[in-house]
Amino acid sequence: MPVTATRAHWHDPAATPRALLTLALLLVLWPGLQLTEFRPQILFNAQNREVMGRFLAGFWPPDTSAEFLLMLGRATLETLAMATAGLALALLLAIPLSLIATRTLSISALFSGRPSRTGRLLRYPVRFVLIVLRSIPEIVWALLFVRAVGLGPTAGVLAIAITYSGMLGKVYAEIYESVDPQPARALLQSGSSRLAAFLYGVLPNAAQELTSYTLYRWECAVRASVIMGFVGAGGLGQMIDLSMRMFAGGEVVSILLTFLLLVLLADQISQQLRKRLA
Amino acid sequence: MSISLTGVVYTHPNGMRALSDINLSIKADEQVAIIGSSGAGKTTLLKLLATSLLSSSGDLQLLQHNPAQLSARALRQLRSRIGLIHQSPPLPPRQRVVTAVLAGRLGQWSLARACLSLCYPSDIEGARAELSRLDLAEKLFERCDQVSGGQQQRIGIARVLYQKPDIMLADEPVSAMDPVLAEHTLSILGSIARERGVPLIASLHAVELALKHFPRVIGLRAGEILFDKRADAISQQDLDALYLNTGLDDTADQYAAAANNSLRSRCL
Repeated sequence: MPVTATRAHWHDPAATPRALLTLALLLVLWPGLQLTEFRPQILFNAQNREVMGRFLAGFWPPDTSAEFLLMLGRATLETLAMATAGLALALLLAIPLSLIATRTLSISALFSGRPSRTGRLLRYPVRFVLIVLRSIPEIVWALLFVRAVGLGPTAGVLAIAITYSGMLGKVYAEIYESVDPQPARALLQSGSSRLAAFLYGVLPNAAQELTSYTLYRWECAVRASVIMGFVGAGGLGQMIDLSMRMFAGGEVVSILLTFLLLVLLADQISQQLRKRLA
Repeated sequence: MSISLTGVVYTHPNGMRALSDINLSIKADEQVAIIGSSGAGKTTLLKLLATSLLSSSGDLQLLQHNPAQLSARALRQLRSRIGLIHQSPPLPPRQRVVTAVLAGRLGQWSLARACLSLCYPSDIEGARAELSRLDLAEKLFERCDQVSGGQQQRIGIARVLYQKPDIMLADEPVSAMDPVLAEHTLSILGSIARERGVPLIASLHAVELALKHFPRVIGLRAGEILFDKRADAISQQDLDALYLNTGLDDTADQYAAAANNSLRSRCL
């Protein structure tokens, strides 16, 4: 009979490590709060309450004058166009890079279970390029391009294209690696080329995930293009910047409501596409 | 001679020897079953024949080529001439049956044709013809995850039939089917191989199926060929020797099975 069976209580051996880990995480959080001078009570002292109250009171009702709505519509279209064009350009770069970066399509891995040295040597630089592309925030690129190509959405499009190709490429490569590798390997093993094995073996399983991530990124690109508007890249961002400077609260609320609608729209499209690809 | 092995040895990267000194030759008009307990090396042998593993030593000739000496391009060409029917069919769940079958010829198609065929299936009639031999023609436009396990296995077979390979290999091709369907499928496979004049090599757990449907049977035990005979010449003693102790010696068997599993997850 095993010795443990004589003990009075069964004890989960994982409990202590888990408790310690939770404690450790909480301890790590504390310096973070200190460093950021996080003191929410300031929000509620009387003076600040009054200032914020006055600021917010100016926000209602939303501005619905025809002239403003026309401008809003134009800016919305500009923002959407910026996000969409930027993302499309990003895809042009991200798809080939992700195909090189992924380990899923390694033919040499068929033999030994791991990719060959040349394959790995080629993959690392590509992964590094993806890291470089996404490590610089789009706002920095936008500031740079605004100086290069002048004020307007072009700078935003280029900034989104560069940053997002890095993000999309990395996550695409990871999505390819997360789906069942057997179908693609079986195809490679019967003489198919890598790209054909990807199209017939990986894509059917990854399509849903890829679509939903891409649409989420599109949503992020819409928001990013708004932020870049503040530095002169046009669209809703530039508009909200102007409205805020003029303390036109109603206009700001109208613009914010437009954001809400855009995100809702992106969410709906994503859901519908996911349903179709499920 | 379609296939010939001379003194072929395969040792796993972890040092375990899976096959030792295999001598074998198979002609184009032969149907061969490989039997033996799990861990005997059946799957490893099939993987060598499918060029998804390279032999550690010895000479392996497939369709007059030694895969170890081929350039990447020539190896791809050789691979497109070898069809392997997998035990668990490697079909993406969301793919349609017609696409899964047409994928059999990706090794022969140009990339442009492969892309176009994704937009509109380029050879619906060809895929239907192979599926109808396996009584699955009505599933042509369904999705692979909407059919049963046995049907998926037959879709995997239809893909290899559509590939029109010069060597047909099958790793437990009927393991997910009921006995009647298994018999039926094996006899179809045999008759197609005869009709096309290509060799068929299948590993099987069920000894009676092997003896009934394959004229030649190879018994593998612990990585060696115990017998290689005509099916009607195999005696009960042969079979007893093949499966001797495998039921009793549990630990060894489990060890072998575990090794086999880890190999499978790593290599295929």
